[in-house]
Amino acid sequence: MKPFLALLLAILATPLAAQTALPPAPWADRQIPDARQEREAKALMETIRCLTCQSQSIADSNASMAGDMRSQIRERIMAGERPDAIRSWLIARYGDWVSYEPTAAPILWPLWAAPLLLLSLGLLLLRGRIKRRRRQ
Amino acid sequence: MIAEAGLAALWLAAALALLQLVLAFAGLKGGKPELLGAVRPAAVAQGALTAVAFALLITLFLRSDMSVLLVATNSHSMKPWLYKFAGTWGNHEGSMLLWVTVMGVAGAAVALFERALRRDTHMATLGAQAAISLGFYAFLLFSSNPFARIDPPPPDGQGLNPLLQDPGLAFHPPTLYLGYVGLSVAFSFAVGALLTRTVEAAFARAMRPWVLAAWVLLTLGITAGSYWAYYELGWGGWWFWDPVENASLMPWLAATALLHSVTVLATRDGLRAWTIMLAVVAFSMSMVGTFLVRSGILTSVHAFAVDPERGSFILALLAIYIGGALALFGWRIGSVREGAPFELVSRETLLVVNNLLLSVILGVVLIGTLYPLMTEAFGHKVSVGAPYFDRIAGPIALALMIALAAGPLTRWRRDRAGAVAKRLLVPAAIGITASALLAVLAWGRIGVLPFLGLVIAVAVGAASVAPLWKRKLWRTPLFTWGMVIAHLGCAVSVAGMASDSAFTTEKLVAARPGDRIHTAGWTLHFVNIRPIAGDNWTALQADMQVDRGGAPVLMRPQSRFFASPPTTTSEAALLTCWNGQLYVVLGEEVEGGRWQLRIWWKPFVTLIWLGGVMIALGGALALLGRERRGWLLKWRARKAVA
Repeated sequence: MKPFLALLLAILATPLAAQTALPPAPWADRQIPDARQEREAKALMETIRCLTCQSQSIADSNASMAGDMRSQIRERIMAGERPDAIRSWLIARYGDWVSYEPTAAPILWPLWAAPLLLLSLGLLLLRGRIKRRRRQ
Repeated sequence: MIAEAGLAALWLAAALALLQLVLAFAGLKGGKPELLGAVRPAAVAQGALTAVAFALLITLFLRSDMSVLLVATNSHSMKPWLYKFAGTWGNHEGSMLLWVTVMGVAGAAVALFERALRRDTHMATLGAQAAISLGFYAFLLFSSNPFARIDPPPPDGQGLNPLLQDPGLAFHPPTLYLGYVGLSVAFSFAVGALLTRTVEAAFARAMRPWVLAAWVLLTLGITAGSYWAYYELGWGGWWFWDPVENASLMPWLAATALLHSVTVLATRDGLRAWTIMLAVVAFSMSMVGTFLVRSGILTSVHAFAVDPERGSFILALLAIYIGGALALFGWRIGSVREGAPFELVSRETLLVVNNLLLSVILGVVLIGTLYPLMTEAFGHKVSVGAPYFDRIAGPIALALMIALAAGPLTRWRRDRAGAVAKRLLVPAAIGITASALLAVLAWGRIGVLPFLGLVIAVAVGAASVAPLWKRKLWRTPLFTWGMVIAHLGCAVSVAGMASDSAFTTEKLVAARPGDRIHTAGWTLHFVNIRPIAGDNWTALQADMQVDRGGAPVLMRPQSRFFASPPTTTSEAALLTCWNGQLYVVLGEEVEGGRWQLRIWWKPFVTLIWLGGVMIALGGALALLGRERRGWLLKWRARKAVA
């Protein structure tokens, strides 16, 4: 019975093995020496979703996956890649969901049109409420 | 016994709500006006019973009665008493009981204190309040009973999410709920006035204090929540456009618009239909928010228990109440006559512009929050977050600030454009000076939106105190002071937001005890790191001596470990100075005895919350001013009779 229990326990514990203390990604919490590049990287991180958290960007998450992604972004920025290219790479890898910045995909057109529509609708309504000088 | 008594109190309260609804209906429509006399007592008793039920649940938590399922799953006997107490609403069932309690107590307050409203409208309002309460009683009793027992009781509870174990939990949710659910009163007022066809200036004057009170509490609750997230999450952010934050922002936007349109209705008898619409929308947004959070269809840090059954229940309630109110609106609004149209240059027009812009922001936030759900239905997962909201809502908010500057300096009815421009001359000059200074000092280091934000904040700050210019300050009515302080608060808050996003300095280092770190004019001397223990946690604490030329100050960021449930949280150390905050977070140990530190210097970031508190204070002063005027008039009338 005992060996069986031990085996069972070992099997149940396998998920633990997945999160053993791998060394954290080198650039997860280390700034790029070049301030301009760091600003670019940071701006990008703030618009990338942490996939294991609940609605947080990778710029403000403690999750180890967010750290890995921050490191990836910093390394790519240092290698001279443009932020837009990195975003596209992340989207290709994880889907549109990973980017908080909505793309220009047709499915998102209504989202971009909504504020304009609302504003013009409001102005139209407003016009009806304003007295016109000439009629007086 | 306590749990059973609590459940009994809830059932009784629900029965009284039903009685209240039936009495009001029979009294107003059934030709039995003598029944109306019992409506107010029923409302008061119902409110008292919900308060009793809530007090009993708090007692169960304080006693750590593990035979109650809710206590066992959300509390722990080793927790400090404050978190046993506040933990009462740190879970789904408890927070819904708080919701129902606020609704019941608000209804009781309307029954006890409302004197200005016509009697039939008052009764119809109480009937409407009872009708909304009933749905939430049903939700609580049938799908979220907070008093359910567990047999056999576990030896101890599972504990409260350590992120919630903070004094913020004692303050933020109750205040927020008071505002959030307090808006149900405005909703009921609107329904009552539609039913009795009394949408007019007198009605608006009666409704205004209730809207103001709910709005003040909502403002405080959001401000507190933002500051809590800022220091607790440990990444220096203060607003994340998280669905739940949006869910609290949307009722606030609607309530802010309502507050201004109700003033137009009270003063000029205009915007009748629109004011009623806003009152319906404001509380509808509260319910939509609850649905989004409680159903778990949107992921959020606030989603305690994800349960599709509960989601459908709230969705049904939403459909009934919002649909019902809108149907009533459509049916009756034809009989509500709009007043005369406005002159183009008048305070009314600027208040309408305020309403328009607030509504557009509300629409943008609502669409942005729901959009991922809609695209998911088409099999396409997208995220809509800060980049979208900042880019769209930011510029609209700045336009709103300009209307805010001009509004109080424009006369009711009719004004001359030239005169308004003249009054805005000094604030505009101040704004231009500020933009020139800022351009010289920070050219190339600052984005367009933060730049405009700072300039507009300075100009609007000057414009918002202008109504006091050349007035005898002690003779100025309290509600004028309230308006000035609230508007100045908006400018202060925007200045804080813009300053934080423009001038924050971030420093990430891995440091050894003994190291000195230099950033943004500060020197941080990392003295040592040591273990310490609290009531239900152990922690590693870094001692840091911090200075920028003067005497050093001690800062102690911690990394806390909670055993139940097992979680690590970081407790940031904050040093507040007159011109900003230094924010230090202790991270994990990295190679070679070095520790990861995150350090931010955030110039004038505290203005964000100072502004929020000023906005709420302004609302409170306006409320006090209007009410005091009522008391004075009443007192004088009584003296005149004597």
